[in-house]
Amino acid sequence: MFGFLKKTPTDNTAEPAVADQRDLPASEKRGWLSRLKSGLSRTGSQLTDLFSRGGKIDDDLYEELETILITADVGMDATRFLLAELHHQVREHRYTEAGQLKEALAQCLLKLLKPLAQALDTGTHQPFVIMLAGVNGAGKTTSIGKLAKYFQGQGKSVLLAAGDTFRAAAREQLMEWGARNNVTVIAQQSGDPAAVIYDAVQAAVARKIDVVLADTAGRLSTQAHLMEEIKKVKRVIAKALPDAPHEVLLVLDANTGQNALSQVKAFDAALGVTGLVLTKLDGTAKGGVIAAIARAHPIPVRFIGVGEGLDDLRPFAAEDFVAALLGLGE
Amino acid sequence: MLDNLTQRLSGVMKNLRGQARLTEGNIQDTLREVRLALLEADVALPVVKEFTAQVKQAALGQEVIGNLNPGQALIGIVHRKLTRLMGEANVGINLATVPPAVILMAGLQGAGKTTTSGKLARLLREQQKKKVLLVSCDVYRPAAIEQLRTLAQQLEIDFFASDIGQKPVDIALAAHDYAKKHHHDILIVDTAGRLAIDAAMMEEIQQLHAALKPIETLFVVDAMTGQDAVNTAKAFGEALPLTGVILTKLDGDARGGAALSVRHITGKPIKFVGVSEKLNGLEAFHPERMASRVLGMGDVLSLIEEAHREVDQAEAEKLAKKIKSGKGFDLNDFKMQIVQMRKMGGVSALMDKLPAQLSQAAAGSRVDDKVISRTEGIINSMTPLERSKPELIKASRKRRIAAGAGVQVMHVNQLLNQFEQTQKVMKMFGNGGMAKMMRSMKGMLPGMGR
Repeated sequence: MFGFLKKTPTDNTAEPAVADQRDLPASEKRGWLSRLKSGLSRTGSQLTDLFSRGGKIDDDLYEELETILITADVGMDATRFLLAELHHQVREHRYTEAGQLKEALAQCLLKLLKPLAQALDTGTHQPFVIMLAGVNGAGKTTSIGKLAKYFQGQGKSVLLAAGDTFRAAAREQLMEWGARNNVTVIAQQSGDPAAVIYDAVQAAVARKIDVVLADTAGRLSTQAHLMEEIKKVKRVIAKALPDAPHEVLLVLDANTGQNALSQVKAFDAALGVTGLVLTKLDGTAKGGVIAAIARAHPIPVRFIGVGEGLDDLRPFAAEDFVAALLGLGE
Repeated sequence: MLDNLTQRLSGVMKNLRGQARLTEGNIQDTLREVRLALLEADVALPVVKEFTAQVKQAALGQEVIGNLNPGQALIGIVHRKLTRLMGEANVGINLATVPPAVILMAGLQGAGKTTTSGKLARLLREQQKKKVLLVSCDVYRPAAIEQLRTLAQQLEIDFFASDIGQKPVDIALAAHDYAKKHHHDILIVDTAGRLAIDAAMMEEIQQLHAALKPIETLFVVDAMTGQDAVNTAKAFGEALPLTGVILTKLDGDARGGAALSVRHITGKPIKFVGVSEKLNGLEAFHPERMASRVLGMGDVLSLIEEAHREVDQAEAEKLAKKIKSGKGFDLNDFKMQIVQMRKMGGVSALMDKLPAQLSQAAAGSRVDDKVISRTEGIINSMTPLERSKPELIKASRKRRIAAGAGVQVMHVNQLLNQFEQTQKVMKMFGNGGMAKMMRSMKGMLPGMGR
């Protein structure tokens, strides 16, 4: 059935070029944080203005705060929740100055986001199969390119599966990423996404690969037939390797507003999403929708994309995210 | 599909309907609800504020007081204001220039520029009989040029080859020369996605604009965009003299928010909307219809238009005759309806266009595309005789059909019941002179028969 398979075997011997990310020199880590901060600086500077202005805590201040949270895509529900928490903190600790609110808000946000910061451990299975899903244009294929680099950096061998058989040249795009990272890409001329990924998983077992990254075509959650198709992809992966996929990542565009929530709910209902990737945080989009997700349908955020470079996809750290969002010092 | 703008506003308006008079107090409540609904639909905050202020002003005037039905009056005001905010009427593509007319596409990463370029080329060829040339100036994203080439091939539209070693401006100028020499009416220039804060990339597209002097510079924006739509639209609007907007991925369940924001900030008309992943999924934007959809009145106009486009007219006429005569509607016709409905994108695509209340009701009756395809399977397992005379189908035939379709006898019974009901409805329509309406909307019936 898979006889017409076409492979592009690029050599997959890439030894770990970079050590574990935690061992990175401090300067590089700060570089990343500052990039995240510059991406989020709009919200940050707005908030900093608000708090450093001094003065008393009054209704106007809360309303301004509400405005800022809403315009950061935090959403009504999470905004109300955060403001209520903030009220509570203010009463409990008898804050009177506007400046004290900042630390309190940081604590509230951190409390909300902290549970989402769960790193992805790919050591539990070999091969560890990761399936990526998401709406059109969220950045799935690009994220796979960056994730391949990331896992290679951890000394893992990686294999990519070109499961987007629908969009024009999606396969070529993934192959280009494979070539850049020196990673094998399993692809077929056309046909069934489930078949391509099935084959990739089998190839990964045979070659003792550590991590398989399976691309899928973008789809809107309202397209029932495409949601059925992706459910089938997941079922077929389990036939190639029991327990797989070990991780189902939903890729979200940070520019997305409250619809990100319905995306999370719909894809979770269809696939059982185990982690999120938030892309395109390097623009003026503020990523506040993460707070809305944390509130309404929490799923761990595994990675965030803060730039266009290959190294710009990083594990999500709630402290850094909150610090960047609120413009707190390093 | 829950919690979208249409539904929220429908709920708000329903509350209002129960009240005899509109007082300042209950306008306040309603406006707060409208504000919330708009915010949850990702309409940008400054736009929401201005909109609700306008509605309030109009509602407190004489237009509402003295009106027999205050609820309807307020819906009317909100609807008018929404329509005005989104533009008064549909604005098409401007091609009034010395050919080739250049169309420059701009937008963020992943907004859908490349796919939309292909769709737009197809639309201009099909609807205006234009000779179109496509070119990609995206030398950054891997395989972006390849993607447009593939699309052009699928659509059989001319493609100007470029490669990532070239400079975008050089590619564009070469394509322009080529279009001139080969008498193309239109040149569509796809560009790389870029962030508004990326100064170098914004300068690049300004150079492209200066070199090409496009008659249309279209800002492509994702309908799911959140609050940041205002910032992005503003930045692109300041960098480029935009002439219009294309709203993509409108077939998702995020409705309207970004449309309002972008339209408000740029002041430019939304010219087209992307409504399907298929290459014919680009439609003219109708502000009036969009406002209706937002208000829970449903996009019935689009639905009828689509029905006309996709439904086989000859078959439709034949069926209409049968319905009129009130007899002879058999399982063959039933199946034909299912096939026609498939062509229109299945039940889910139809449901999106219905008013919120109606689609909710339909959702409750567990209509989905799976049931539809099962129904088709069961009919396929019948003999031609059984299809034309369903009354023949008794216990043993039912068992055979169920086995053939891989379903339970129960499902065959369900189908037959559903068919009988539909037949009854058909007779009613036939007598009631609604056959004309049936011609355009008949595709909806089989799945919604119960």
